[in-house]
This record gives sequence, C-alpha cells and structure tokens, in this order.
Amino acid sequence: MTDLLTATGLKKHFVIGQSGILKRKPITVKAVDGVSFAVREGETFGLVGESGSGKSTVAYTIIGMYQPTEGNIAFRGQSLFQGDKKRSSAVKKEIQIVFQDPGSSLNPRRTVKQIVELPLQIHQPEKDPLPKIVRLLEMVELPPDYVHKYPQMLGGGEKQMVAIARALATNPSFVILDEPTSALDVSIQAKIINLLIRLQEEFHLSYLFITHDLSLMRNVASRVAIMYLGKICEIAEAAEFFRNPYHPYTQMLLSSIPVVSAAEEELKPKKITSRGEIPSPVNVPSGCSFHPRCPEKMDLCSMEDPLMVEVEEGHTVRCHLFSPEQGGL
Amino acid sequence: MSVGPLLDIKDLYVHFHVFGGTLKVLDGVNFTVYSGEKVGLVGETGCGKTTTMKAVLRVLPMPPARIPGGEIYFKGRDILKMGAEELGRVRGEGISMVFQDPTAALNPVFTIGQQLGAVVRYSLAGGKRISRKEIHQRAVVALKEVALPDAERLLKNYPFQLSGGMRQRVCIAMAVAGSRELIVADEPGTSLDVSIQDQILRLLRRLVEEKNTSVILITHTLGVVREIADRVYVMYAGKMVEVATTEELFSRPLHPYTLGLMKAVPKLTGGGIADGIPGRIPDYLDPPGGCRFHPRCDQAMGVCSQEKPWFYRVSDDHEVACFLYREGGKEK
Repeated sequence: MTDLLTATGLKKHFVIGQSGILKRKPITVKAVDGVSFAVREGETFGLVGESGSGKSTVAYTIIGMYQPTEGNIAFRGQSLFQGDKKRSSAVKKEIQIVFQDPGSSLNPRRTVKQIVELPLQIHQPEKDPLPKIVRLLEMVELPPDYVHKYPQMLGGGEKQMVAIARALATNPSFVILDEPTSALDVSIQAKIINLLIRLQEEFHLSYLFITHDLSLMRNVASRVAIMYLGKICEIAEAAEFFRNPYHPYTQMLLSSIPVVSAAEEELKPKKITSRGEIPSPVNVPSGCSFHPRCPEKMDLCSMEDPLMVEVEEGHTVRCHLFSPEQGGL
Repeated sequence: MSVGPLLDIKDLYVHFHVFGGTLKVLDGVNFTVYSGEKVGLVGETGCGKTTTMKAVLRVLPMPPARIPGGEIYFKGRDILKMGAEELGRVRGEGISMVFQDPTAALNPVFTIGQQLGAVVRYSLAGGKRISRKEIHQRAVVALKEVALPDAERLLKNYPFQLSGGMRQRVCIAMAVAGSRELIVADEPGTSLDVSIQDQILRLLRRLVEEKNTSVILITHTLGVVREIADRVYVMYAGKMVEVATTEELFSRPLHPYTLGLMKAVPKLTGGGIADGIPGRIPDYLDPPGGCRFHPRCDQAMGVCSQEKPWFYRVSDDHEVACFLYREGGKEK
C-alpha cells in the first residue's frame, strides 16, 4: 500500500500570553511537538490519546485550519503548505472531516438539504443538486424525506449520519473522523461504526480515526499511534499493538480500560496501574514527558528525550527502555 | 445494621407535565439496595437512571415532575412522605451523591475549604456548632482519604485551580465524609480520561469497602459496572429489564436489550462490533404499550405489545422482565 498522507516532524505551537518583566517572553503551548506518521491508502489509521494530547490539533492542521509551526504534511506526495499559497480546491475536496459533536457541527438554522448541499455548491455546483443529496442520504442509510428536517429534529446518531453525508458530498479519498462516536450511546455507536466501515470498502476511503477509546480502536483501526503531550509514543499494526504494547504509557492506558469479559481481562497488562494525571502542556516535563508518571523511570528519562526506535518491523516506540544504548529489548 | 433493605423503591412512577402533554418517564421502577452492597444501574441516555435517583433524593423539580405512584423506603421510612426536617437528615447523614461533572458540581466562587467545610459541618457534626479549627482538621482528613496531596493548600484553592481528576476526588471526599450509609455515584468517571477514571473508580471502591457503605453506581458503560458492582440492574425506557449478580449478568445476559448492548460494546479482543439495536429510545409522550422495548426487539411476540412483562425469576440471583422467560422461570 502506498502512503496517502504523510506528516513529518509536524509541530504546532500556540502563543497564549507573555511572561517576564517586559512581557517579551512568549508563553507557548506545544500542542503538537514533532509528530511523524503516514496514512496508507485504504487503511484506517488510529490516533489515540487522552484529552490535551494534541490529537485534534493534528486533525485541524491537516484540514488547514492551522498553519504548522514547523514540519510538513504531504498529500499524495504534494505538500499541503506551500508558503502563503492557498490550498487548491482539488485538494480540499479530497480531505474532509467529521467532528465529534454533531449537535454543534451542524447549523441548527439549516435543513439537512442545505447542510449537505453546501460543499456541493462550493466544489461542484449543479443546477439541481437534490438527486445527489438524496443519494448521499441513502448512502448513510437515512430516508429521503429527511432533506427537509432540521438537525434538532434528529437523534444524535442521525445527526452524525448527516455529518458523514456532508463529508462524503465531495467524493473525498481521505476522511478525518475526530471522535465520531464518543457523544453517542454504544448501540448507536455500533451502527455508525459499521456504516463507516461499509463506506470505506465501497468508496475506498482512507480514514484518520481519532479517539480516546482503545477498545473501539481495536475493532476499527489497521494501525494505531498513541499520543501523549503532543508527541507520538508508539506506532504499530493494530493486532501487534494490543498483543504486544511496549511503551509504559500504552500499557498504563490498556490496563485502565473497563472491559466486559474475562477474555478481554487477560489482554490487559497487569503490572502497571494508572497513576498521576496528564500535566499541563504549558509546563511539559523535561526529557521524556511521561517520566513523572512512569513506573519504569530511569535517571536518563528526566534529562533526555528519547528517539523513536523501530523495535520490530512496523512497530516503533519512543522510550529509553528500548533505545539502542540500553541494548534494546 | 437493619435486616431489611437499605433502600427499597417500589413500583415508582414519575411523570413530567409539559406543554405537549405528559411525559411518562418512569413506568413502575423496582429497585433494592442492601446494606454494604455495591449496585450498578446501567442504561443508555434518557432511560431514566438519573430521574430515579433524583426521585430518591427528592430533588426532582415539581412541577413539572409528578409522582403518581410508588414508594421509596430508606431504612424502612418512605422518603416521599417525609417532612422537611427528616428529609434534611437523610440528605445530610444518610444518602449523598457524586455527580458526573465535577466542574458543575462545585461552586466556582467558593474555595474547596468553604465547600468541604459546609459538608463537614452538616453531615459530620449533624448541624452542631463546632469550632473552625475542628472543621478545618476534619476537612484535611477528608482530603487525605481521597489521596489528595497537600491538603492544606488545596483547601484555600478555588475549583478552577484543580484538574478534573482532583475536582472529582474533592466531590468524592464530600460524599464519603462522615458515615453516610448510601452513596449514589452518577457516572463518576465519564467526563474524565480513562486513566483518571480508573483511578477514581479504584478510589471509590476502596473507600466504600473500608467504610462498608452501600453504593449505587449509575453508568452507561457496561465495563465500569463490571469493575465495581456486586449486582447490576439494566434499565430501559423507564423500567428495569434485568437484574442479576455481576458475574451472572456478564456470563449469561438474557433480556434481548441487554444482549444487544453487550454485542454493541467494542471488545479488546477485536473481531468487529455487532450492529447495535435498531431504532431509538421511545418518545415518552406516547410510549409503546406492553413491553416498552418491543418495537426494537428482534424476538417480539404477540403478547409483548399487549401486556407488561413482570420480573421472571430464572435463578436465585437472576431476574428478567421479558415474556421469553415466562415459561422457564416461575412467576415472582
């Protein structure tokens, strides 16, 4: 499979204020601080992290809401950020997003027809867009008479289906799903997830799936990356990731998941229990940013930031336990 | 310790009178908690979990709410018939609540010390006047119990100076302060990250086991009840549909609704997710007759739309409100 979208050394820092006597020293939040990954064609790449880890900032940078502070994102080999040049309409069409809360991402004063029509008007105006809109609603399994409804007349799951229809209106090849089901109940989540999987097969879509729910990730992603305080800690194939988590943070998260069966209980790492909280991204700890919470902390960890090391083929970890100086595994 | 149940809700109905008509939300809820027991209450958004607990604490806004039928016994006394003074004692010394969103539960303009101090005064000292020094000391003890470091400084802080996990710990400190007999925890970890939720749940379990307090854990996440509860109630559209011991429920779920929920939960073992339950929760203005689940049920029979199912006992520790089990089990 070829890489569709690649992020290299992506950084996004926000200046939130000034400090110092003359207020000249900027206070920055390093929301994303050197992230590299590649999303392959037709796959679902999962990006997992707790709140404040920077996963949504990555998404918003990809769709162009933010300019990266450093680093770059390439789509089909072409950089998405070329100086001050505006992104071409052809690229915008290809990259779409579904947001977490459909209650606030759909305009309450517009009908479903108007909502789904907007991207069509911008990217491929037609005289009579109605047949296309009805077809889009059919694709997400909504009845055609929904075109005249307003978002508040729909249930949470149905709203999210409208948001998915809107994202698909421009025939994209890459869709970012930013926590698409975390505002929904499990029975509805199941429906939306299966719909997304069907759509992916039918239209050969590539997904960047952002979530904090690792159990969900196990069922949708082909590869998983885990983020902590703006950096990626571990990337691996989904099956490998859950069978063989290396990074202490991954192990801690996995051990914290509430599960419903004994078979799942066995997959949870036992020796690590969760402790501490994610620090403020304004004051990121020195060295490896996870060291204050890490049960396997060494002296080196607070001084030096580890590098990404490929421990096994396709499985990279950013932890001193696995760095070459430590003799790897 | 009394022999009977600590909390016993009998055939409780709650209606809301609104502009468009009457919302028949609770439709005959039966719910029991024994002393020292940890009970889970699972159900999806809008099924009436929180309404039930608000009825118990008598904090439902009336009107629009009305309770046309039912009794709520706390230690043998009907809460619905209590006078203001007795009710105040139940709320101050008997039952306490931990809410889902600690940011909304704490008052932003008072310090932690002021808020915790008030709880200490009313629940620990039973409204007696105790010295400031003593209030302070007891508040420090309460914060230490929930593993919050640097209690002295925290008492001077305002809620916004604390992280989400710390705020929820403060709320738990308030709930467990003194010798409460029942804690109602309404989605205590839902607004927090998984690693913090895990810490909060472990803390809650440790405290209630130490103090032998009863807990009702309200949640929509099946995994969370499995971690904590001894016994689980599953609720759908204003009615309990299944109750069993935790082990029994998770190894042998019976009600079609419970089964649907279990299948829809994403598993760590992978293998995809089943398609969930078709349709959505009914409109309370005009709920379906008979079993309220029948329009969404894939095993619905003729009788389901006609009659309301009772709880049928399938084993000593498992009851299901579904006609599928009428034959096998004997009627209660």
